Amino acid sequence: MCGIAGLIYKDKSVNIGTQLQGMLQALKHRGEDSTGYALYGDTDGENFIMRFKVGENVGEGSSSVSEETSVYDERIKIVKSHILGMGAKIIKEERVLPYSLRYEVNYDEKDLREFSRKIESVPGVEILSMGKSLEVIKDLGNAKDVCDRYNLDKIVGTHAIGHARMATESGVDIKSAHPFWGYPFSDVSVVHNGQLTNYWNNRRLLENEGMRFMSECDSELIAVYLAKKLRDGATLEEGMKASLTGLDGVFTYFVATKDSLGMAKDTMAAKPLVLYESDNLIAMGSEEIAIRAILPQEIDTYDPYDGEVKVWQI
Amino acid sequence: MANLKTTDKKSKSQSMGMHSEVLTGRTQQKFFNPSEAESFYYFGTYDVDFNKRIDLDVKEMTAADANKEIDNLMSQGYGTIVIKNPQGKHSLGVGILNKLNLIFEGSLGYFGMGSCDGPTVRINGRVGWSCAENLMAGKVVIEKNAGSCFGAAIRGGDLICKGSVGARTGIDMKGGTIIVGGDAGAFTGFMMQRGRIIILGDVGINLGDSMYDGTIFIGGKIGSFGSDAVPSDLTDSDQDWLKRKLKVAEIGEKFDVSKMTKIVAGKKLWNYDNLEPHEKKGAI
Repeated sequence: MCGIAGLIYKDKSVNIGTQLQGMLQALKHRGEDSTGYALYGDTDGENFIMRFKVGENVGEGSSSVSEETSVYDERIKIVKSHILGMGAKIIKEERVLPYSLRYEVNYDEKDLREFSRKIESVPGVEILSMGKSLEVIKDLGNAKDVCDRYNLDKIVGTHAIGHARMATESGVDIKSAHPFWGYPFSDVSVVHNGQLTNYWNNRRLLENEGMRFMSECDSELIAVYLAKKLRDGATLEEGMKASLTGLDGVFTYFVATKDSLGMAKDTMAAKPLVLYESDNLIAMGSEEIAIRAILPQEIDTYDPYDGEVKVWQI
Repeated sequence: MANLKTTDKKSKSQSMGMHSEVLTGRTQQKFFNPSEAESFYYFGTYDVDFNKRIDLDVKEMTAADANKEIDNLMSQGYGTIVIKNPQGKHSLGVGILNKLNLIFEGSLGYFGMGSCDGPTVRINGRVGWSCAENLMAGKVVIEKNAGSCFGAAIRGGDLICKGSVGARTGIDMKGGTIIVGGDAGAFTGFMMQRGRIIILGDVGINLGDSMYDGTIFIGGKIGSFGSDAVPSDLTDSDQDWLKRKLKVAEIGEKFDVSKMTKIVAGKKLWNYDNLEPHEKKGAI
């Protein structure tokens, strides 16, 4: 199973951390091995926000191992030296948990590929997200656990997507949790409910073309697939439409960028999605109760059909 | 049109298109007997008074507690129960084997009204996946939209959605009638075995895929036909039945039923394992 939820306000900013937490907590019966948030907060747009981890929170079936905090400390030192070595400046740094960090980085280059490669060349280090608005936060536990642990209730912004995971195809750890960053594109994130059956074939093809995979989770393929389409010059919507035939299996997924939110549903319509749409708010989730968490009054909702792709812009 | 007054039970049900197969061997074909049905009660059901009405606010209740309270109210003789603030909760109203007027003032989540036999239900809202799954008898009316697997495996009763429904409507249905005022998604009538589906709007791809029997009527455009689903002639008796059914359903009363498309099973998939290889190719 697994549950996904997303929302976008077209004309105002709200406490999206709290709202998404409510939506995902309503879906916790669909899985609470891990929960992830992709929050698009209000910023001045000057600096990149980099969320990264220097170690794992190891759960059942994970291929990672637990490590000492001193190992994390060493890695952080190397990451800092790499950042400075690439001419970037650390404006603000925050160590949220021993293995999880948030940096605000001033970096002039538009292409984040080389920057990310250098940082991730440090063993055990993974960038969870990089963007001028996006922050991906994911960890083990249900939505409330993760929200409390990372103080997400304070984040104000326009849109967000999130995921409540029941691990099936890969272990319980942060690297396999959603959302996935659309590496190396700034501010792109993906969450998925379903199962992809041509994961390995696609992964081999994409890796041969220089794309990066960090986990064994089939859902990561969607983020990488879309990133490849964007790299080749397609628009987000074009990439999503191509995914309906390029990806095999059953899926409903959300993708978000700095100013948009999109959904795609496979041609079998095998995975659920309920959608609410008004002039200023789009809210959607695997089940209606997710939407009810922020809109308790009686509302009109509907299920998108098979093979449907929709994108909303702020 | 067949003379329904003079035909026996078996040929009457076949004349009305409720089924067309001839069952043989150990399979028993049992027909509905109105007098038996009227006097039949499940163990643990109640004699209720439809004029005795009560409101039940389930906002702070779990689905299990709400369902227990419905049962408790029926045991006190309440025959009309109005559920307030269902707020998309799952599995509300399941397993009611009683005559009952049940009204929901709001939307239901998944599996609403599943495995019921007998109640008359009106949902003034939307329903999630698998509404009224395995319905045996009764009437369920949804005023707004419905999710996927609407009326999965129903065996009897009338299931009516005034809005649009998702994919796999009537999957595996074994009887009864599903009526939809709007559109329906892919795989409508997937593997249906008996009963009838009426969709006034458009339907998605693979309509009636692998259907064994039963009949589907479509008022709008058809995305594509599924394996072994074929168009058939719309007879006068079909049209009479459609008009009557739409009137009872309170939707599409002015709909021109003569323009509907009738879909039945091609029956090439029957006894598939016994077909010759070249016949198997033609069946799919």
